[in-house]
Parts: sequence; structure tokens; C-alpha cells
Amino acid sequence: MLPYVNVLLASPWDVVKKLWELCAQSEFWLSLWRTFWRIAVGFFAGLTFGGLCAFVSARWRLAENLLKPYVFTIKSVPVASFIVIALVMMSSRELSVFISFLMVFPVVYGNLLQGIKSRDVQLKEMAEVFGIKPAKRFVFITLPHLKPHLISACSTALGLAWKAGVAAEVIGISGGTIGEALYMAKVHFDTAELFAWTAVIVVLSIGFEKLFLLVLKYLYGGLERL
Amino acid sequence: MIKVEGLWKSFGEKQVLRDVSLSIAPGETLCLVGESGAGKTTLARVLLGLEKPDRGSIFGLPLSRSAVFQEDRLCESFTALRNILIAVRCDRESALCALEKLGISLEEAVNKPVSAFSGGMRRRVAIARAVLTGAELLVLDEPFKGLDRENLCRAARFVLEESKSKYIVMVTHSEEEIGLMNGKKMEIK
Repeated sequence: MLPYVNVLLASPWDVVKKLWELCAQSEFWLSLWRTFWRIAVGFFAGLTFGGLCAFVSARWRLAENLLKPYVFTIKSVPVASFIVIALVMMSSRELSVFISFLMVFPVVYGNLLQGIKSRDVQLKEMAEVFGIKPAKRFVFITLPHLKPHLISACSTALGLAWKAGVAAEVIGISGGTIGEALYMAKVHFDTAELFAWTAVIVVLSIGFEKLFLLVLKYLYGGLERL
Repeated sequence: MIKVEGLWKSFGEKQVLRDVSLSIAPGETLCLVGESGAGKTTLARVLLGLEKPDRGSIFGLPLSRSAVFQEDRLCESFTALRNILIAVRCDRESALCALEKLGISLEEAVNKPVSAFSGGMRRRVAIARAVLTGAELLVLDEPFKGLDRENLCRAARFVLEESKSKYIVMVTHSEEEIGLMNGKKMEIK
């Protein structure tokens, strides 16, 4: 029984040792960069597109009704199905970008749409009476109102983007990425390496989320100090 | 001269304004008084263009209007100065000068968000914002609510000094405020 214990569960010491070994390899850092870059691109694309669609839907009811079935489909179809379907249409290199985008879009869209719809009617009337221009209204009334909605959406979407993005790399065996490294560790029954890569993903995911939210709060702070 | 003739307004089954007629001359302060729910705020909103009357006519209504609403309606996370500059096309110095006249110091005006202000201070920021627009018609819905005697006198003086020859419509429950604003009383029933 004892010889197989390391296959099922690696000790923390083994994981740290493996992580140390990985850090010494340039391929490790390249994998990190490739995965990070693709997931970040997918996240920002989802954030931008989700935000734009939320504003369009809030403005025109027809747009909201047209988007409803697509958003519902993205939310309800399992991510694994999307990965397999997308693999037929695109290369594994673009897969994690697309899947991250797909996970981020409905979260950002839903949160921002709810935020825009719950805009303060009293401030809207004030803006009308004082003839405040649309650009000023957006910066000083809409954006501050959307702050909690945006932070909540980004916090949830970033976690999802990392989980789904890496899952896409594992299923698509995308060369030179964290997902491929995870897959290879599993194939070779190298549990310590599997745990080491998992720890790297958790650290990257949390680090990216904290950094992004810090930048977002800093930007809002700058706006409030204007 | 603004002339309102035979104004009617209802919300569903509830008739709020019944055949209201009035006239205001430039430089005059018309004070609307009456019981709660009599339709004073509705009339103020009609004059601001925020409600459409069911029947009746309004003549001579200026295009430039500003208001102190029943609520402060300030952008909470911004300073008093920024709140004024968002709504009014004026320079920083004029805004700070107006706030100072209303008893808000430079330090408070530029460093504190209005969310950290007391109720009375917020009210004075709303008053400064409305007056600084220089609009022809100033609609004030219980503008001095929550102000102590000293600030009430200061704010009334500020409104009168800065809005000479403007039309002022004020909703109030207080005889003292009518006196301070040299207002013409009109009861809404």
C-alpha cells in the first residue's frame, strides 16, 4: 500500500520541492506567461463586450430580448461542452481566450445591466433639470453608481476565467501552457507536480484578481478626487 | 411674466392639481403653501418640466431652470465643489465663493465628499448649486429644511442676493421662510 501513497497524495514538502525545480526551468515561466496572457485577453474582451452589451440592452429593450437566449445558453451549457465544440472550430491556442471570454461575458453583462437599470432616478432628474451633458453624466453619475456592480462582476468573472481557461488548455492540450503541464503531470502520475501546478494556478488567479481590483479601486479613487 | 392657467394633474385615480392658476413677475418670490399632499411639489415639478399637466397652459416659462429638490440629490462620493462643477458651468473660484457665503469652508468644500457632510451642509450645497446656474426660473422645494436659524438667514440672503430679477417659486410650510424671502404667499388646496 505504502509505495502508492505518493501517487494518490503528495506531501507538502514534495510539492514545494517540485515547485522549486519547476521555477528553475525557463519553460515553466513561459507556460505561466502564455496561460496568463490568453486568459487576460479573454477576460478583458469579455469585460469590454459584456459592458457594451449591458449599456445597449439598458438603452433598447429589443437588444436585451435578443441577447437573452444567448446569455441563457452560455450560462446553462456546461463549459466542457463549449470547449469540445470550440475545439472543432479553432486551434487549441485560441481556445482558452475564447472560453475565458465566454465565462466572463454573461457575468459582466448581467451585473452591469442590473446596475444600470437600478440607476438613481432622482439623480437622473437632477441631471435633466441642470442640463448635464451625457459624457459628464456617465463619468460622474453612472460610473460611481456602477462601482459595486463592476467590482462584484470582475471578482466573480476573474475566478471563472482562470478555472475555465485552464480547463480548456487541459482538454485542448494546448502546447506550452499550464493546462498542458497539468495534463502531462496527470499522465505521468506525478502527483507532486500536479499539486505544484495547481498551487501556481491558485496563486496566479488570486494575484490577478487582487491586482485588478486594486487598479479598479485606484481608478475610482482618482475619479472621486477630481 | 410666467402665467399658469387652469392646471390639472392626476396620478391614476388621485387628482392632485385642480384648476391651479397663478402668475409670477421677474424678481418675485412665489411661496406655495398648503397641507402635505396638496400638490405643491407636483406643481413645482410641472414648472421644471418633469411632469406634464393633464390640462391647462403655462405661458412665459423660461428655458433655463434650476432647482433645489425636496431631497439633496448630490453625487455622494464627490466633494461639494465637484458637485457644483458637475451641474454648473462656472469657475472654481465662483463656486468656492458661493459655498463660503453659505458657511462651507474651503477645506470642507474641496477635501470632504458630501457623503460625510451633515444634513444642513448638504442642503446648502444643493442651494449653491441651484443658484449658481443663473437660471431664469429657480424652483425651491423646501430648500431650508434642516437648517438652523443662522444658516437659514444666511441661505435666504444668499438666494435673494444672487437671484435678483429671477423668477423664484418656493414650496414651504414655514411663515418665517416666507418672511425671509419676502415672498408672496399662495395656498394650494
